[in-house]
Amino acid sequence: MTSVAIPHTPANGSPLRRFSNLLYRRPNLYLSMLLVPPLLWFGAIYLGSLLTLLWQGFYTFDDFTMAVTPDLTLANFAALFQPSNFDIILRTLSMAIVVSIASAIVAFPIAYYMARYTTGKTKAFFYIAVMMPMWASYIVKAYAWTLLLAKGGVAQWFVQHLGLEPVLQLVLGIPGVGGSTLSTSHLGRFMVFVYIWLPFMILPIQASLERLPPSLLQASADLGAKPRQTFMQVILPLSIPGIAAGSIFTFSLTLGDFIVPQLVGPPGYFVGSMVYAQQGAIGNMPMAAAFTLVPIVLIAIYLSIVKRLGAFDAL
Amino acid sequence: MHSEKASFGLKIAAWGGLVFLHFPILIIFLYAFNTEDAAFSFPPKGFTLKWIGVAFSRPDVLEAIKLSLQIASIATLIAMVLGTLASAALYRRDFFGKQGISLMLILPIALPGIITGIALLATFKTLGIEPGMFTIIVGHATFCVVIVYNNVIARLRRTSHSLIEASMDLGADGWQTFRYIILPNLGSALLAGGMLAFALSFDEIIVTTFTAGHERTLPLWLLNQLSRPRDVPVTNVVAMLVMIVTMLPILGAYYLTRGGESVAGSGGK
Repeated sequence: MTSVAIPHTPANGSPLRRFSNLLYRRPNLYLSMLLVPPLLWFGAIYLGSLLTLLWQGFYTFDDFTMAVTPDLTLANFAALFQPSNFDIILRTLSMAIVVSIASAIVAFPIAYYMARYTTGKTKAFFYIAVMMPMWASYIVKAYAWTLLLAKGGVAQWFVQHLGLEPVLQLVLGIPGVGGSTLSTSHLGRFMVFVYIWLPFMILPIQASLERLPPSLLQASADLGAKPRQTFMQVILPLSIPGIAAGSIFTFSLTLGDFIVPQLVGPPGYFVGSMVYAQQGAIGNMPMAAAFTLVPIVLIAIYLSIVKRLGAFDAL
Repeated sequence: MHSEKASFGLKIAAWGGLVFLHFPILIIFLYAFNTEDAAFSFPPKGFTLKWIGVAFSRPDVLEAIKLSLQIASIATLIAMVLGTLASAALYRRDFFGKQGISLMLILPIALPGIITGIALLATFKTLGIEPGMFTIIVGHATFCVVIVYNNVIARLRRTSHSLIEASMDLGADGWQTFRYIILPNLGSALLAGGMLAFALSFDEIIVTTFTAGHERTLPLWLLNQLSRPRDVPVTNVVAMLVMIVTMLPILGAYYLTRGGESVAGSGGK
C-alpha cells in the first residue's frame, strides 16, 4: 500500500501569497485592514468636525470686541429662543413642512403611473427622466428658476398670454403667500423648493408602489370596493412608508438650504442663511454652531416620527 | 375594477409632472443660444453660438472649470478607494458597530450640506488650516464616499463569494484575485459610482461655500454671477455646461448598472 502524501499547503511561496493566506485565516485582521482607512477618514474628519462645531456652540462671543473666547456658556442656545431667532426657525420649519406635503401630492401621480402602468422601455424612460433632473446641477436649477420667474421672464409671458394676470395679482396679494412679484414672493420660493426636491420624493414612492402586489387590488375589487375605496384604503396606506421616506429628503434638504432663499423670495433669514451670515459677515462662529443644531434636532425628531411610519424600510 | 389602462387624469398628471421636471432645464439650453445680451426676456429674440466662444475665452471661467475638474477628479479617486474598502468590509460579515458605520457613511448626504460645511470650517479654523483647494477636496470626498459605497456594495452582494475562494484555491494570491476576479466583477459598478461621485462633486456648492476660502469653483463662480448680473450670456453658457456635465453621468451610470437592482444614484445627494 502506497501512501500518497498529500502535500501540505506550504507556508512558503511568494510573500504576497503568504500574506493572502494570513488574511484568509484571520478574517478579523482582514476586516480591520479594510475598515481602518474609511473609519479614520470619517471618524477624524467628519465626526471630529461635528463635535468641534457643537463644542464651539458653547463658546462666548463678545459683541463689542467681536472676538470669540473659549469660555463655556449656554447663552447661544438660549438666544435661539429670542423672538427674532425663533421666527427664523418657525419660518424655515413651516416651509419645510409645506414643501414636503406639496412634493408628495405632485409626486404621487407620477410615481403611481410609473409603478403601475409602465413596463419595459417606458418604465426605463420614466426612471431616467426622473433621475436626470435629480442629478442635474442644483445651482443651475435654482438659476433656471430665477430666469423663469424674473420680470419679463417665461412665467410672466405665459401668465400674460393666458390672460391670468388678475389671478396672479390676487394670489400675490394673499399675505404670507404672496409678495410684490413672483420672484420675491413666498410662493415663488416654495415653487423652486418643490421643483428641486421633487425627484427625491418620486423615487421612494415609486419603489413602495412597485412592491404592492396587484393581487391585493384585485382582491379589493372582488370584495366590492369601488376604485376610490381601493385607493383610499389599500393603495394609499401601503404607500405611506414611501411617502415618509421621500419626505425625509424634502424636509431635511429644505431645512438646511441657504441658496434658494437667497435667490428667490422675500427678504428674511432662513436657518441656513442665518448660519452663513453668522459665521461669515459677523464672525460669530458660536452662534452659527448653535443655529446648526436646529436642523440637526428637527431632523432627529422628524426621523423618529417617520420611523414609526416605516420610512426606513422604504429607503 | 382595476382597469389595465390609466385614467386620463392620471396620464396628464404623470406626463405633466415630467414636463414640469424638464422645462426649467430646457430653458437653460434655450437661453444659452439667445442673441440678446442683457435681459431674461421671453421668448428669445434669435439664435447664436457667439456666447459659447466668448465664455470659453474668459480666463476666470477657464480657471474655475480647471479647478472644478481637478477637485472632482481627486475627490472621486479618494471616494472610490474609501468607498470600495468600506463596502468590502461591510457586505458580508456581521460585526459589532456595523450599523453605526453604515449610518456614518450616509450622514454627510442625509444631513443638510450646511452642517458638513460649517463643521469642517470650524475644524479647519481650529487647526489653523488655510481653506483652499485641499479643504474643498476633503469636504467633497467625504460626501462622495457613500455614492461609490452604494454602487459597489450592491454589486458585491450579487457576486458569489465562492468565486474568490475558487481563485485562491487555484493558487492565485491576493493581488491576482483582486486583479483578475474582483476588479472585473466590480468594474462597471465602480465606474458608475465614480461617475456619479464626479458629477456630485463638480456641482456641489453648499459645502464648498464654507471650505473654499478664496478659491472659486465653477458653481461658486455661477452663484457669484447671479448676485451681480453683469454678463448674463456668459453665465447662461456656463450654466448649460454645468448642467451637461452633471446630467451625462447619470445616463452612463444607468447603462453600466442596468440589469441589476436599481443602484445608480439611489439614496439622494
